[in-house]
Amino acid sequence: MVAQMIEGWNLVIGIEIHAQVNSKSKLFSSSPTDFGSKPNSQVSLIDAAMPGMLPVINKFCIEQAVKSGIGLNAKINKISIFDRKNYFYQDLPQGYQISQYKDPIVGEGFVEIETENGQKKIGVERLHLEQDAGKSLHDQDPNFTFVDLNRSGIALMEIVSKPDMSSPEEAVEYVRKVRSILRYLGTCDGNMEQGSLRADVNVSVNKPGNELGTRCEIKNLNSFKFIHAAIVYEAKRQIKLIEQGESVNQETRLFNTQSGETRSMRSKEDAHDYRYFPDPDLLPLTLDDDWIKGLQESIPELPDQIKERFINEYSLSSYDANIIVSDKATSEYFEDVVKNRNPKLVTTWVTGELFSILNKKNLIIEDSPITSKQLGELVDNIENGKISNRQAKEVLEEMCESGKGALEIIDEKGLSQISDENEIESLVDNVLNSNPENVKKYKNGKDKLFGFFVGEAMKLSKGKANPKIVNDLIKKKLSQ
Amino acid sequence: MKDSYTLKSLAVLLENNKISSKELTSEYLKNIENGKELNCYNTISQEKALIDAEKSDQRRKSQNLRSKYDGIPIGIKDLFCTKGVTTTASSKILSNFVPNYESTVTQNCDDAGLISLGKLNCDEFAMGSTNKTSFFGSVKNPWKSVNSDNELVPGGSSGGSAAAVSGDLCVASLGTDTGGSIRQPASFTGTVGLKPSYGRVSRWGIVAFASSLDQAGPITKTVEDAAILLDIISGHDEKDSTSSVNPKENYYENLNSDIKGMKIGIPKEFRSDKLPASTQKSWDECANLLKTNGAEIVDISLPHTMSALPAYYIIAPAEASSNLARYDGVRYGLRVKGNDLIDMYEKTRSEGFGDEVKRRILIGTYVLSSGYYDAYYIKAQKIRSLIKSDYVEAFKKVDAILTPSTPSTAFEIANEPSDPVQNYLNDIFTVPVNLAGLPGISIPYANDENNLPIGLQLITNSFEEQKLLNVARNIEETINYSETPEKWWLK
Repeated sequence: MVAQMIEGWNLVIGIEIHAQVNSKSKLFSSSPTDFGSKPNSQVSLIDAAMPGMLPVINKFCIEQAVKSGIGLNAKINKISIFDRKNYFYQDLPQGYQISQYKDPIVGEGFVEIETENGQKKIGVERLHLEQDAGKSLHDQDPNFTFVDLNRSGIALMEIVSKPDMSSPEEAVEYVRKVRSILRYLGTCDGNMEQGSLRADVNVSVNKPGNELGTRCEIKNLNSFKFIHAAIVYEAKRQIKLIEQGESVNQETRLFNTQSGETRSMRSKEDAHDYRYFPDPDLLPLTLDDDWIKGLQESIPELPDQIKERFINEYSLSSYDANIIVSDKATSEYFEDVVKNRNPKLVTTWVTGELFSILNKKNLIIEDSPITSKQLGELVDNIENGKISNRQAKEVLEEMCESGKGALEIIDEKGLSQISDENEIESLVDNVLNSNPENVKKYKNGKDKLFGFFVGEAMKLSKGKANPKIVNDLIKKKLSQ
Repeated sequence: MKDSYTLKSLAVLLENNKISSKELTSEYLKNIENGKELNCYNTISQEKALIDAEKSDQRRKSQNLRSKYDGIPIGIKDLFCTKGVTTTASSKILSNFVPNYESTVTQNCDDAGLISLGKLNCDEFAMGSTNKTSFFGSVKNPWKSVNSDNELVPGGSSGGSAAAVSGDLCVASLGTDTGGSIRQPASFTGTVGLKPSYGRVSRWGIVAFASSLDQAGPITKTVEDAAILLDIISGHDEKDSTSSVNPKENYYENLNSDIKGMKIGIPKEFRSDKLPASTQKSWDECANLLKTNGAEIVDISLPHTMSALPAYYIIAPAEASSNLARYDGVRYGLRVKGNDLIDMYEKTRSEGFGDEVKRRILIGTYVLSSGYYDAYYIKAQKIRSLIKSDYVEAFKKVDAILTPSTPSTAFEIANEPSDPVQNYLNDIFTVPVNLAGLPGISIPYANDENNLPIGLQLITNSFEEQKLLNVARNIEETINYSETPEKWWLK
């Protein structure tokens, strides 16, 4: 545990999440935003900052930002302002990024996360909209850097937390939670591998009772694993410095995913002076009360609410509910299966067998080879006693390979369980009659032979007999 | 060539088949050729203009005209991006730049059938009031003092646009005005220059100087022509977020010189001992004339007028420093090779920009810097608000305001003050109008003792262009100013 490694120290963590707005076109132009397109194939005159070009706000992106704000329980600012953040770089065509500085579209809010010590509220400072920059390709030519402007101008939401997290686990939980909320809302696809969601993490350490330490910012972390590893490394680095009597410099650092270390990128002294000022090409953004209200009403059920409902409606444990609602597709899948079925059985099958198949095949639930309908059918056949749990596992595997339905597989394999008492009774009689010696020994106290009789009966039924009925009947017969 | 050519008169000549668009265009192209010494044009679209003129004549034959003015050639300030035609902003950094898109304003002109003769010289990135900052050299004012043969500045930044109209190198032109860049050169050249309300005309496709102040407008021979051209270029444009959704009026059709009962304000803060006597005289005379014609003259106060220039020279450079960041040698325009990215930036921008542009980028960068932002930029914005409210108050009392357009008439190119701050004073009467976002027009009133045109400025409330044009028309009708420069360059 990290807590032990840094015992005696407080960790203070704040996170800036950059979430790409789920939108077909860019924040200020109508260019498409598809990932992985041919370089510079999605660039308008505006994105390339040709002379005289002017930004026009994409209303859909505004809607997405406000929805996200509502999802983060945050204040929606009816007036917000777009500012220019000025700096020179080859992949920043305008020479400034249009962002929001003093007056963001979304103000304070919070999210709740699960921690070892129960629920914890993590404050959200603000959410603002900004343009993404292009991409510099340094490895295409020995003498030149190439620039791909496809990403230039894509809308990002920067979500700034308060420094409310005190462990790497909490930090990861926070990012997970925000990502989950955005995915439920459909405002960001949350694809971290493609960079649709990335995090800058601010870390400082201090001794309990002492004032806050100097913080360092670790830029551009794009997986939960890296967030965790970077915080652990950074905390240890800072503690070591302080214990050696040195001081921590306020700086921006980069995380090396290969070595798991962070290294300095630039110090506070080298920080840019961005010369923010309101973009004169854009009027202040004003939002209408009724419009905001309309959006509020359109917000779907979010993970916290669904979790509560699952606990109440289906008597799920908090633990199971948490696992299921953490992902929108999973909770939808679960809800499809659980309708009119035994929740406990469904939970076991979804979080147990289904997850293990998905894990093995490295698939997300959206690409599950077993549809919710198929899994439901399987659960029905367990529930009505047609097949045993063990048989069900066999059916599930076959389902995964062939895509056939449960009943079809059960029929094909002749797996259908025998539950007819008369049929089983004749099986049991057959076993007892062919083993008079063992019956005698059992009656004389050799209890262990009970299992033998059951095994023989099952063998005789080719495994199809309902084991419970077999058990009951043998017990009854032997006690006669 | 008749000096009486106007948009209005040419429309009639074309309609009556007295002249074809091709003949007319050829005539102007010849004037341009003969007037090369004036250095009005950066690019002459000889071939394209003639082809377009033929097309217009075809349209006329097939009675398929785009507007009454179809086939009339005009000149375009080299700040408007024009598809396939070099657009330089009179800067070295864009000297090779050919847009593949057309600005909304020039597209509107094309949609009305107007023909572009070419791109008119101006101060580099519209920064200047004498046209001397152009990479392509000074424009010469068609006017000369009766007492000297020395060449005069045409004003700026739309110096080429104003000189070309004045010297008959086009019948009308497009300019842009950020702090006086239409009205001041109009005043120096005896032409009519109109800066519309901020938001009346789309800025899309115009090389930006200071986005919150820039506005395109016409430079013409008459107030009527200003109304005609404003009709053509104005209107809402969804590609410009600051473009107004206020419905535009039909300015020419509704032009009406009746000013009876109107109140005309004379702001006391515009009075100055330094104002040339002839300018003061014109101003007074004009006020009397308006009174005679039925208006009431009211003394008003615009108390923050003297703070306008300092505020302007913070806000405009601040915006410019950011607007001009895109000229970095990466995607288009000049690129001077360097050892690395920063070196390339430095070399490109050092060679690409002239001194005045560099000066304003530096000022703008400084006033936006952390630690100075509040003291300069924020303070300037506060002053801007105060100036706006000055005008709001004034327009509760009056319909229009009358002032001189410039503190002097045109001066010698050789005598341009070397102190930039001295030079900035050229815009003292025009700058407050941009800060307040109001429409303003400069009309020629009389010539001074050196036979140089004196311009007077009218200002109305936002989106009251109609009223502005009506008052201007009243003056024009009454005085019938008909002075024209002697065409010394033809000798």
